[in-house]
Amino acid sequence: MRIVFEKRKHVSRAVRVMVPVLSLVFALVFGAVLLLMSGVDPFVAYAAMMDGAFGDIHSVSETMVKAIPLMLTGLGVAIAFRMVFWNIGAEGQLAMGGLVATGVSLYASDLLPSWSVLPAAIVLGMVAGAVWAAIPALLRAYLQVNETITTLMMNYIAILLVSHMYHGPWRDPGGYGFPGTAKFPEMAWLPRIYGRAHAGLFFAVIAAAILWFVLQRTKWGFELRITGQNPKAARYIGINIPRLIVTAMLLSGALCGLAGVCEVTGVMRRLQQGLTVGYGYTAIIVAWMSQLNPWGVLLVAFLLAGLLVGGDQIQMAMGLPAAMGLVLQGALLFPMLGGSLFAEYRLRIVRPEPQTAGSPPQPIAKESES
Amino acid sequence: MTGERLAVPVLRMAGITKHFPGVLANDHVDLELYEGEVLALLGENGAGKSTLMNVLCGLYRPDEGTITVRGERVDIQSPRDAYELGIGMVHQNFMLVETMTVAENVVLGLEGLSFQPEFRRVKRRLQELGSRYGLQVDPDAYIWQLSVGEQQRVEILKLLYRDVDILILDEPTAVLTPQEVDDLVEVLRRVVKEGKAAIFITHKLREVMMFSDRVTVLRGGRNVATRSTSETSPEELARLMVGREVLFQLERTTCELGPTVLEIEGLKALNNKGLPALRGVSLTVRAGEIVGIAGVAGNGQRELAECITGLRDAVGGDVRVKGTCITNCSPLRAIREGVSHVPEDRVEMGLVGDMTVAENLALKAYRTSELSRGPVLFPDGMNRFAQQLIDGFDIATPGPHTQVKFLSGGNLQKAILARELMACEGLLVAVHPTRGLDVGATESVRELLLEQRDQGTAVLLISEDLDELLEISDRIAVMFEGEIVGVVPAEDADRDRIGLMMAGQRLDEEGAAP
Repeated sequence: MRIVFEKRKHVSRAVRVMVPVLSLVFALVFGAVLLLMSGVDPFVAYAAMMDGAFGDIHSVSETMVKAIPLMLTGLGVAIAFRMVFWNIGAEGQLAMGGLVATGVSLYASDLLPSWSVLPAAIVLGMVAGAVWAAIPALLRAYLQVNETITTLMMNYIAILLVSHMYHGPWRDPGGYGFPGTAKFPEMAWLPRIYGRAHAGLFFAVIAAAILWFVLQRTKWGFELRITGQNPKAARYIGINIPRLIVTAMLLSGALCGLAGVCEVTGVMRRLQQGLTVGYGYTAIIVAWMSQLNPWGVLLVAFLLAGLLVGGDQIQMAMGLPAAMGLVLQGALLFPMLGGSLFAEYRLRIVRPEPQTAGSPPQPIAKESES
Repeated sequence: MTGERLAVPVLRMAGITKHFPGVLANDHVDLELYEGEVLALLGENGAGKSTLMNVLCGLYRPDEGTITVRGERVDIQSPRDAYELGIGMVHQNFMLVETMTVAENVVLGLEGLSFQPEFRRVKRRLQELGSRYGLQVDPDAYIWQLSVGEQQRVEILKLLYRDVDILILDEPTAVLTPQEVDDLVEVLRRVVKEGKAAIFITHKLREVMMFSDRVTVLRGGRNVATRSTSETSPEELARLMVGREVLFQLERTTCELGPTVLEIEGLKALNNKGLPALRGVSLTVRAGEIVGIAGVAGNGQRELAECITGLRDAVGGDVRVKGTCITNCSPLRAIREGVSHVPEDRVEMGLVGDMTVAENLALKAYRTSELSRGPVLFPDGMNRFAQQLIDGFDIATPGPHTQVKFLSGGNLQKAILARELMACEGLLVAVHPTRGLDVGATESVRELLLEQRDQGTAVLLISEDLDELLEISDRIAVMFEGEIVGVVPAEDADRDRIGLMMAGQRLDEEGAAP
């Protein structure tokens, strides 16, 4: 008897739905074992997580606060991944967006008419994210420099630059020495919907709709899908691949930059520690789990944010060690990610065939044609 | 005839049945192989030849049926089991490691190999085998240094080194010159004379007649007939293989020649390894003619096609289309100048497998106003366009929204042709357009090319199939090592002479190029 791991010939709809569901069930069971081992009733813990993430409108709004940056960066990363451009740099692009939005909010508010401060922060923040993404894109498109390394390195530069700004030149003089800028003037505040959940949600939904349309219904999106699925064919039919890489990355970076803008203008309303907490990396998971589908990104980002909030919640509610929340998040994510493999592949058990097939070999007919 | 053989078959496959999801690839297929014979396994694409042989060499397990080797029932679970029974296969795409030497490739995967193989002994044995069977190859040469014909010899040596006595060859002649084919025949003759036996898979009738002692014909996964080669004819085999009479000789027609469309002058280019691939090629193609490029794969044909279509930069010389110089232009510019291209790598380059038939058909026309307005695609237009091509070119597909990867090889090629012919304005570069297609599809592709020519297109046809070139081109240019060694009118071309030219002999004074 052997076990064979083989690619599914055809992925049915039932499989597409069942695999994530079963993965979730498995993930919950796995997490339950861990919880039991630390002496906690898993049902109570899961209930607390659910409650913490989705229990009432307040917890939903907190989940939404985490979901919005995941949505925007997830969309940005998905665009790049569609073209098989490994943009690991969402975190840095987000940081640059936040940085420039901060600069506009704090230092241009006297120069600009007040109604235009927030739009200027948004647009310039997006431009900053796009520019940050354009550097590795240009290097890859015209000099074949590996983008995985460059986008990752650009993250460190951006994160440290942001940190330097709020520790140093932009530190709030009236902040009793705490690292962080002064609070933005009100004209630079992104409106909130409920609690801390802000208007960034609309940006994410609009962005997903635009992306869906662009991918499915425009020449540019068509070229992007062709290039991602078969670059050789793309070159053959005359697509200008370098230009496509750069334009796709400008869009990707702009969306990640927008996530940063929303964080500083909608959530913190100042620049301080907590802008770069890894949304840009989690965005990679979001993009993959949603199979690079824009609407899928929104859904996955929301669920994943729930997991993050719920995990934090049980730390507090159940008195578990801080690490336990993270362990549980990992334990839940792992089977979910592993499970997606089974949507494409399956295990098959091969038994040796019974040796009774047919009668002893017969003389072979030389003709079977009339 | 062979019914009363005295010998026991060395191999008998009986009632082999193999299902794949939705396909019955082998339906109770029987096959017998005797010592000292070469058996041809003939059939169209999808007739189940490769499946049957993959069952035999342990890559697939049959759903039903038995295999008997030298009178004993066997259960072959893996290629290793097959080797132990003396069964080995030379696959169509060679399984060699390019950066290793011949000797290293031969011992690769051998069981019971010591930590440091004794290469001296391996080499001695290789030389011995080489001289015994006429398979001389330098054991220290690296695979990438060898010609395709030599690589094939290495594959055969690999089998002989493992004492395989049932050799399976999957379309062994596809990449060889006529002379190399003769050498291969000689090798096989020597191998079977020693009591070994060989099966070769093919869909070419000439080869069956040339190579084999007996022939088993499959059609649609079933046995159709087994014949002694000496008692059959190509016509009968063709009828058995396709189940209908085949139009063997298309009526040779010519078409009024128009102005020169493609002009190539002293074209020089490098291959992917940076070595000269084109060494000053000059050629013209006029509207209303098909110029065939004959030659063994790897003599610059690929680079020639790529230079014309903008996929490769030349290092010297000129390419002009309808008088416009397009040397080193972008692929898009070449398309805009009216160049269409049926690429050699159908699946890797010509199509996007996961996209739908409609999207694949629109890969070039999406830029036109029929399918898009400004930056926005026009889905209704795309569907209409696809349906028009599916009907017009008789592409068998469940619908325009089926993923193109589910189409059969012949229909994939029809889809590419449909797209390229629709986009064609002046020049069509077709590279191996019928390679791997069955007789029916081959015929329709050739007819499409002729039709296109009659409409006044200049066609550059690159093919390894000499019969095809003789049949449909108007002139044949033979390429060897990056040069055109001669151009002859197809009607009075002599295949032996072309064969010699393909092997590097220059056309001498008597038949200078027109």
